[in-house]
Amino acid sequence: MADMTVQPLSVAAVKRRPSVGTLKLAESIFIPLAALIVSAALFSIFLLCLGKSPLMFFQLIWVGGFGSSFSFQNSLQRAAPLILTGLAFAIPARIGLTMIGGEGALVLGGLAAAAIAIPLVSAGVAPFLTLPVMALAAILAGGVWIGFAGWLRYYRGVNETISSLLLSYIAIATMNFFVEGALRDPASANKPSTMPIGDAYRIGAIPGTQVHWGLAAGLLLAVILHVAMTRTTFGFAARVTGGNARAALAQGLPVGKLIVICCMLAGGCAGLAGFYEVAAVHGQANASLVAGYGFTGILVAFLARQVPLAVVPVAVLFGALAAAGGVIQRRMGMPDATVLVLQGLIFVVLLTSETFYGRIPFFQPKSAEDRT
Amino acid sequence: MNATISDGAMVTALIAMLGGAIRVSTPFMFVALGECLTEKSGRINLGLEGSLVLGAMVAYAASYLTGSPWTGVLFAGCAGLVLGALHGFICKLPKVNDIAVGIAFMSFGTGLAFFFGKPYIQPQAPRLEAIHLGDWTGDPRLAQALEVNPLFFVGVGLALFMAWAFRNTRFGLIIRMTGDSAAAAKAMGVSVDLVRFIATAVGGFLAGIGGAFLSLYYPGSWNQGLSSGQGLMAVALVIFARWGPLRCILAALLFGAAGALGPSLQSVGISQGYYFFNAAPYILTLFIMVASARSKAAAREAPGELSITK
Repeated sequence: MADMTVQPLSVAAVKRRPSVGTLKLAESIFIPLAALIVSAALFSIFLLCLGKSPLMFFQLIWVGGFGSSFSFQNSLQRAAPLILTGLAFAIPARIGLTMIGGEGALVLGGLAAAAIAIPLVSAGVAPFLTLPVMALAAILAGGVWIGFAGWLRYYRGVNETISSLLLSYIAIATMNFFVEGALRDPASANKPSTMPIGDAYRIGAIPGTQVHWGLAAGLLLAVILHVAMTRTTFGFAARVTGGNARAALAQGLPVGKLIVICCMLAGGCAGLAGFYEVAAVHGQANASLVAGYGFTGILVAFLARQVPLAVVPVAVLFGALAAAGGVIQRRMGMPDATVLVLQGLIFVVLLTSETFYGRIPFFQPKSAEDRT
Repeated sequence: MNATISDGAMVTALIAMLGGAIRVSTPFMFVALGECLTEKSGRINLGLEGSLVLGAMVAYAASYLTGSPWTGVLFAGCAGLVLGALHGFICKLPKVNDIAVGIAFMSFGTGLAFFFGKPYIQPQAPRLEAIHLGDWTGDPRLAQALEVNPLFFVGVGLALFMAWAFRNTRFGLIIRMTGDSAAAAKAMGVSVDLVRFIATAVGGFLAGIGGAFLSLYYPGSWNQGLSSGQGLMAVALVIFARWGPLRCILAALLFGAAGALGPSLQSVGISQGYYFFNAAPYILTLFIMVASARSKAAAREAPGELSITK
């Protein structure tokens, strides 16, 4: 993956031409947007072949995702975990790792939060003490999980893409193991779950909305991580490592430590998403945690070009897509996997579009200058 | 194991595991052989999981519609071929990362399979027939364990052929050269992109057949939870097998045995920790990856152009 920076790379701006930084920014906005439009066009052809109306499809996405205050809040609700899992992919990507274990970290974070809540809730500990402990447990569980994959990568040379995906399967099996066994609430007959945390312990909505606080946490973390990755020594060191790990080692940067820290941050984000799924959405840990947020997060991060701030709007877009899925299913009589097909298509087109970076003359300041 | 389990149950479990290993290993084998071919040419295709799932769905649908399971197998291969060819085509563009494209195809293939597979979850399609190898033993358990699907033998034969072809044929040599040094291949006037395109497409074909085995033989139906990451584990399996087709067979049998652990223990009444035993193949894969990642033997036999070993 090309390492993209939003900052101006050089101070020397070409006169009467946008600076190098502006052009690069424009390029990294234009190409993903073009990829989205091409995907939409290809998907329209797909729909036409099936005898469905593309116009109606995109109209329904608009209505179901942004059309009313209710549907927009639904989109935001679904965007909250996507921001966090998007960050979970974006941060390791900056240090050069393709870490796709967000799903597992989310599930494990949710399980940890629900598990630690059981004794606390039974003992009647006040919610304002219980919830932070739950969040911390979730962050730790996710952080250790992805941090382990990072550790394996640096210290044992294990490919992180495969190991993190394997760890996801193991995390889901672990969750099932506990939810159907030791931590099972006997009252949950049809769908094995942990003990519900109860309404008193639920995280409410942000005042004036129906969206839970996970969205605020996601926004805050996106801003913090954006600043950390672009404005601090740590972020600079991480990006140097991502650009060329050997050069970073030669410079005396603690590459191993940086990798593990970045991965733990990523896992923490995904784990926190799991916490909000448990504490705000489901109220207990069960198979509903495996909702694919971790995998959609990968796509979100790719479309945001691994820029933490850009993850937010992209996550809202995919949240809207997910929110509109139900309407599309009902009104157009199409299976719920329709959204999956569209997402997969966007994914493929987006990665193909990587080939255009640095090859569209309009965005190349130097060569344009030379030619005129 | 505790003392309450009798020897008889133990034998039953072991026989069930033998049969399970042969059954469960077949899809691993096909995906691993496909991945082996692709990786030998210097490219990695993580999207074989997508080819596998799409192959499973297409095989089931084709078998249901035509009434012939072998037509289903062929169609599954073709579906995998299309996805593999797309992967091969996209990866030949400059600046495109083959691992990332693989992840995209994993989700694209799965999405397509779920989309078109919806109407085929209910109906019963004709399944592949097994060859009864164990009837002479007179032991019903052994007889059941030795019901082997012909695809298993096809896979073994294919592995033998690939091992021979990599060493002794012109095309085998070209694939290995492309995988070890693209520069050398170019100098010899070989089109690196074309070789990798063909290797990825054929790899996808094999993964599709692996999927057909899943839906047409074992477990033998089409549903959305059919594949549990076999396509991905096969990638790790190839690394473990050090890119040798014959070692792929042994590795696939090992993975099959690990995958059969949970169900065969359940067959003798040990259902506690079922989910834990289900995780056994993943844990095994992870251990194997850790063990083989820094091994000198693996480093020596890895194709030089492979991004995953760098």
